[in-house]
Amino acid sequence: MNYQFIISREDWSLHRKGEVDQHRHREKVREAIKKNLADIVSEESIILSDGRRVVKIPIRSLEQYRFRYDMRKQKHAGQGNGKSKVGDVLGSDPDQAPGQGPGAGEDPGQDYYEADVTLDEIEQIVFEDLFLPNLDEKKNKKLSSESVEFRDVRKYGIQSNIDRKRTILEVLKRNALKGQPGIHGITPEDLRYKTWEVVPKFESSAVVLAMMDTSGSMGPFEKYIARSFFFWMVRFLRTKYQNVEIIFLAHHTEAKEVTEEEFFTKGESGGTRCSSVYQLALDIINSRYPKDDYNVYAFHFSDGDNLTSDNEKCIRLIDQLLTKCSLIGYGEIEGPYYYTSTLNSYYKRVTHSRFTSVTIRDKSGVYNALKAFFKEPEPREGMSV
Amino acid sequence: MSDRVMEELYQLEMSIPQMMEIARHNKLDFYPMRFEVCPGEIIYTFGAYGMPTRYTHWSFGKSYHRMKTQYDYNLSRIYEMVVNSDPCYAFLLEGNTLIQNKMVAAHVLGHCDFFKNNLYFSHTNPKDIIESMAVAGERFRRYEMVHGQQKVEALIDAVMSIQEHIEPHRLIKENGKNTDQKCGCCSSKKPATPYDDLWDLDKKKQCCQGSGGCQQRKTAKIPEQPEKDLLLFIMKHARELEEWQLDIISTMRDEMLYFWPQMQTKIMNEGWASYWHLRIMREMELTEAESIEFAKMHAGVIMPSRNSINPYYLGLKMFEAIEKRWDQKYGQGAGKEKIFEIREIDNDISFLRNYLTKELVEELDLYLYRKIGHDWKVVEKNWEKVRDHLVNSMTNCGFPVIVVEDGDYEKRGELYLRHIFEEKELDIKYLEKTLVHIQKLWNRPVHLETKIDKKTALFSFDGEKASKKFP
Repeated sequence: MNYQFIISREDWSLHRKGEVDQHRHREKVREAIKKNLADIVSEESIILSDGRRVVKIPIRSLEQYRFRYDMRKQKHAGQGNGKSKVGDVLGSDPDQAPGQGPGAGEDPGQDYYEADVTLDEIEQIVFEDLFLPNLDEKKNKKLSSESVEFRDVRKYGIQSNIDRKRTILEVLKRNALKGQPGIHGITPEDLRYKTWEVVPKFESSAVVLAMMDTSGSMGPFEKYIARSFFFWMVRFLRTKYQNVEIIFLAHHTEAKEVTEEEFFTKGESGGTRCSSVYQLALDIINSRYPKDDYNVYAFHFSDGDNLTSDNEKCIRLIDQLLTKCSLIGYGEIEGPYYYTSTLNSYYKRVTHSRFTSVTIRDKSGVYNALKAFFKEPEPREGMSV
Repeated sequence: MSDRVMEELYQLEMSIPQMMEIARHNKLDFYPMRFEVCPGEIIYTFGAYGMPTRYTHWSFGKSYHRMKTQYDYNLSRIYEMVVNSDPCYAFLLEGNTLIQNKMVAAHVLGHCDFFKNNLYFSHTNPKDIIESMAVAGERFRRYEMVHGQQKVEALIDAVMSIQEHIEPHRLIKENGKNTDQKCGCCSSKKPATPYDDLWDLDKKKQCCQGSGGCQQRKTAKIPEQPEKDLLLFIMKHARELEEWQLDIISTMRDEMLYFWPQMQTKIMNEGWASYWHLRIMREMELTEAESIEFAKMHAGVIMPSRNSINPYYLGLKMFEAIEKRWDQKYGQGAGKEKIFEIREIDNDISFLRNYLTKELVEELDLYLYRKIGHDWKVVEKNWEKVRDHLVNSMTNCGFPVIVVEDGDYEKRGELYLRHIFEEKELDIKYLEKTLVHIQKLWNRPVHLETKIDKKTALFSFDGEKASKKFP
């Protein structure tokens, strides 16, 4: 009997359909990240990512919506090993319920698409529009990096660094000397290689003072907001600027300099006296970071619940700090116990152009604070970054 | 290509006529076959798109990525992908061993027989489908060039949100009833001859254009009967849709009509193919090592799952049980006849409703489970309840039934949809977002009536804001 069939094996290496659409999907993920930056920036999975490079972030706009039943209110069918009985537990939430079956949308907060994104990818998008403002040329430039410059040409070197132009010139010269001008017969002696030197690079240096209120009135929400901000600030400074020192200052009624780890993890309690941290900042600047050598930035986060008698002193110190700093940013977090006579209401009197204050009411405010403090500078003459 | 690969390909080529011979001998009836061996990425591409030549869209890229990741991490593996076409294309995974490919080829013959003979596939145009999808993909690409990728993509997004809302059984319905749109105002009498409508053409025009009174009486609701085919209704009645947009909607609707029978017969189709790969492989001459490898692979395919129904397993067990029952009742051979009859006239719903017996439910230990507190618990073992739940969950292929109730709601040209409520509530968030998509197609406010906590609820979206009412 004659059966009709063909069996074949072709070259599929140029078939890119899936890849192309996957690329489009990633593009959409990026777009969605951009649109939802304010939410994503304060996403816990990122702040708490602990160096994990891939984080899951909710992308609401990439779900393919359609009419569907409410999965949570439904029964599903399964198959046992012959001994199942009513009441058997197949699995429990939240630790990733049974397999794929009911997995989709069983949790009210989870019915959106979760994209796996690398932290680098998000950073790139977040930092795109952020700059250290008012960065001036300073006297004391510090070594920021060593770079490589091709300055020399030698007869020996790495094949990939062949200097074609000079090699050809050698050929021309040699052939002309022999009386047979033209490019022909390249010999090993003709070869010329570009060679590099290590060149040190100097940049104006900057120091950033991160000041955070750790008093008792700073609840979990307030601390979370302040730390989210500083988390991104630190990342941003370290990614974009090579020569920035960051000093961490924590305060309640007293202020002290702490390590980065303490700053991000430790909680304190007690009352609030913001002037203490401003005084400490001033002392540090005066003793370690002279204005002529450094661009100084100071950022302070608090719930604004300051000792009333201390407020006048704060204003005085802010004025003093302004003479030393390129920018002072104050972020006030409106917690549940918010009342009006806060530090921020006093700061309304500070009208200096290098003083910026923001109020944060919810998680999405973190990104806005970043944008407010690290605004793209107005183009000025003599600016260098 | 290495020698070993060539050699295996050659051996496969030798064994396929053998398998086809066995299949024919067992009365399987399939299209000419085209087997293509291709790399994993290609199989996954086809798996994500449902068809090698389909139009492009980011959502396919998303599922391609998901499938490929699972493959890369060795979490799941598709051995083959088969297309309901004539000739029938089957794509075999490059990394398959010879025996795996043999089993896959046998499995595919079962699928192909099912495609060719099951009643629900009779309108799927297997001869043209690959070409027509390719041509449609080409047209979509051209629209992207003319109207911009964003516009085309947004439209496809919107259509996809309701692409399952079609009427697959329209072909049966339409032949029965006269769908001509009549003016109705002048032809009060029944036509005396079949040609009366021709003579009346001029009259109708006059009367409709001329008198205002005619308009008043012409209050026939659109649609006259609730319309389940949302895409068709939108194509016919949405205002401001351009030609290219109509083309995309109608193409996507056609493609869904093509895919629908596959969704409708998943358990039967996989069961049938598994039934046959088992029978064909048993008749093949296999070495001991091959037999063991085949047994392992077969066991993997039919492995039951605690959280869902494995269609391969359930389908296979059901066909075997039916064959046994009929053989016992009506004598040797009656079973075969019966299962061939079933593969021709049934779909999953009738298959389960008619043939999932108490014995089977108990033997397979099927149950229902649901979430109670934080736990997913088994809540039902009664065989009838289990069977009825399975049948219910397959109604309309598992999609809620939504109908157009009124295409001119409140005389403002608004679209009024109604969810035919049957015990199961809709996902509200999804519902609201889907309305946004429909509004884009309809270009006027859209409404959907459903039930929440036994109360009627009306969701609306007018292009700017969404609202919810409990009328």
